[in-house]
Amino acid sequence: MYLFQEILLKYNFSDWFIFIAGLVFYFILITIFIIITVLILVLFERKYLAMFTRRIGPNRTGIRGCLQTIADSFKLLFKENIKPANAEQFLYFISPLIVFIPVILLWLIIPFTSESANYQSQISSFLFLAVLSIPVFGVLTAGCSSMSKYSILGGIRSCIQIISSEIPVSLVLVSVVIFTGTLDLNNIINFQSGIFLNWNIFPNILGFVIFFICSLIMMNRTPFDFPESESELVAGYHCEYSGMKFAMLFLAEYALTFVICTYMTALFMGGYNSPVGFYLADLFNLNNGFDYILKNIEQLFWISIKTFLLIMLIMWIRASYPRFRFDKTLELCWYILIPLAVFNLCVEIFIKYLRGIL
Amino acid sequence: MEKILTDRMRINIGPQHPSTHGVMRMIVDLDGETVENVETVIGYLHRGMEKMAETSTYIQYLPIVDRIDYLSGFFCSYAYVNGIELLMDIEISEKSKYIRTITMELNRMASHLLWLGCFMMDLGASSPFFYTFIEREKILDIFENLTGNRMMYNYYTFGGVKRDIDKENLYAIKKFSDEFVFALKDLEELINYNPIFISRTKNLGILEKECAYAYSITGVNLRASGIKKDLRKDKPYLIYENIEFNVPISENKDVQARYILRIKELKESNKIVQQCIDWLLTNLNNKNIITDVKPLTLKPEGIAISEVESSRGLMQCIIYADGTLNPYRIKWRTPSFYNVQIINEISKGYLLSDLIAIFGSLDIIMPEVDR
Repeated sequence: MYLFQEILLKYNFSDWFIFIAGLVFYFILITIFIIITVLILVLFERKYLAMFTRRIGPNRTGIRGCLQTIADSFKLLFKENIKPANAEQFLYFISPLIVFIPVILLWLIIPFTSESANYQSQISSFLFLAVLSIPVFGVLTAGCSSMSKYSILGGIRSCIQIISSEIPVSLVLVSVVIFTGTLDLNNIINFQSGIFLNWNIFPNILGFVIFFICSLIMMNRTPFDFPESESELVAGYHCEYSGMKFAMLFLAEYALTFVICTYMTALFMGGYNSPVGFYLADLFNLNNGFDYILKNIEQLFWISIKTFLLIMLIMWIRASYPRFRFDKTLELCWYILIPLAVFNLCVEIFIKYLRGIL
Repeated sequence: MEKILTDRMRINIGPQHPSTHGVMRMIVDLDGETVENVETVIGYLHRGMEKMAETSTYIQYLPIVDRIDYLSGFFCSYAYVNGIELLMDIEISEKSKYIRTITMELNRMASHLLWLGCFMMDLGASSPFFYTFIEREKILDIFENLTGNRMMYNYYTFGGVKRDIDKENLYAIKKFSDEFVFALKDLEELINYNPIFISRTKNLGILEKECAYAYSITGVNLRASGIKKDLRKDKPYLIYENIEFNVPISENKDVQARYILRIKELKESNKIVQQCIDWLLTNLNNKNIITDVKPLTLKPEGIAISEVESSRGLMQCIIYADGTLNPYRIKWRTPSFYNVQIINEISKGYLLSDLIAIFGSLDIIMPEVDR
């Protein structure tokens, strides 16, 4: 974004124009990036699940089915937009956007490399959670405005489960913040630099587990996929959506999966840091522009690898677990995870104190 | 404290819903997500199976019979064929008895495997569906080699079976049945000790003994309530007397018990299959599989009640023959028709997700209900 703005500065545009142009430019860039990532992710999930269930998976479109998701998305683009007659028109139209836009904003907050200053903020770790709670409004309005009973049930379920999962997540985040002493995601990642033993996951393993379970709830993934539980609510909150609007909800869901996994990587697994403690770029010591680019690419590589490991874990869980019951999930959140998170917070404070003494 | 006033929601599950396994409609009254009342509406798959019999000859009706329960066609076929044999006093050979038993038990396994996959799908787990289908596919391949068809076999005929079971088929069955033990073990390891599965199924959909009797529930659903009733033991037909097997029962009465019993039945069926293979392999030279009865001009007279313990319960075929080429009336007593009626009794007060689990656990198949 800053690079683009610097180019614009040379041509003597006014400040506000540069600011808005930069934002729009970045928004488009991120959207394209998200779409490409999601296309890969969906194909990956289908192939991966096929492996689990001894199938082949998509293999007709392109080489070994590599164009399958592109074909699917084109199909969705040209689908008719069916709208229920008694739907609340405005909300029905706008709720996919309420889901989709915050997800794009989330991608701005995550630092993918040390130099990619997408949106630098002193409180970016909490900003992430704040923005993360917006899409659920979209899910709720999508469910309620469709005027279908399945959709309403799906929307309400999604709303309730996000309320109960956000508290343990926040408590775990507080423990991380106290441990690292900063709210800035960039600084949290820098705190974990060096070899992989410096990662937050080791002093905070309980926190990671709690966070992981809650992230499954936030992403609506199996075993917590109540808002769209197929065998009960047909398709849940996006029951009545078709064509591009459905594609948007679908896209948002996968983008959210990816971005939450990236966030977990940043908090617990050292983010873009190399697990071996050094970069190839540092070894060569070239001291030119290439050095800088190579380092960024390496960091992007490491953060993607870690994120994909987490996503593979999530897909593994999807392949092997049945769905939780809705009320059991609430019990899990309120009776087990929140007390554990509080306990974890105390432990973290104690470890921090010990580190101060030693 | 004052009770919070809530609106009841009336929701239609079906006729086209992913977890009604066919076309059944449940009108569910929900209070929040708690099920208050379930009204089942059947008849979306009615094909007039009983009326069709009145206008066709006995041999013409034979291929249609498989379609009554398309997941376990051999049982329907046996019930009908056996009814005619009772009326005509036809003795069938020992070998055809064994062939009938082995095909029926394999069919029971195929049916239970499909049920297991769909049941896990209802609970939200997708992988077991594919694992069970791999095994079921092997059984269907065996059937295809044996009868020429994968689901609608039309294999039994009055007086025996249509084609002899050859050595290749027997070895294929033997191979399958040896490997099946391990495949089932894998499945059990995946499902049985899964805490989510246990919490979803335990103490759910309790079917009391009195209720089970009152609604004339049969099959696994009855045995899961602690009543030991199995036609194969109580009134042994074919060669079940000579074969060692257990009838597993459970006192837990819940969804989990029904699941465990079906898994146990799979094992027992496998045992029966193995014993039948042993007999058939020692009697390979015996070619006596059919008694000649001139099926085109069958003119039986009288009433015959033919019973079979199908994969879902007690299946009866009641034939009223008046001595002409067509049967006067054929009445089918199909187990799912009775099992489907208890949904309202056993799912009140549970959640919507539990209703799906309970419905799945009853192993109801719609073409059998509507006929």
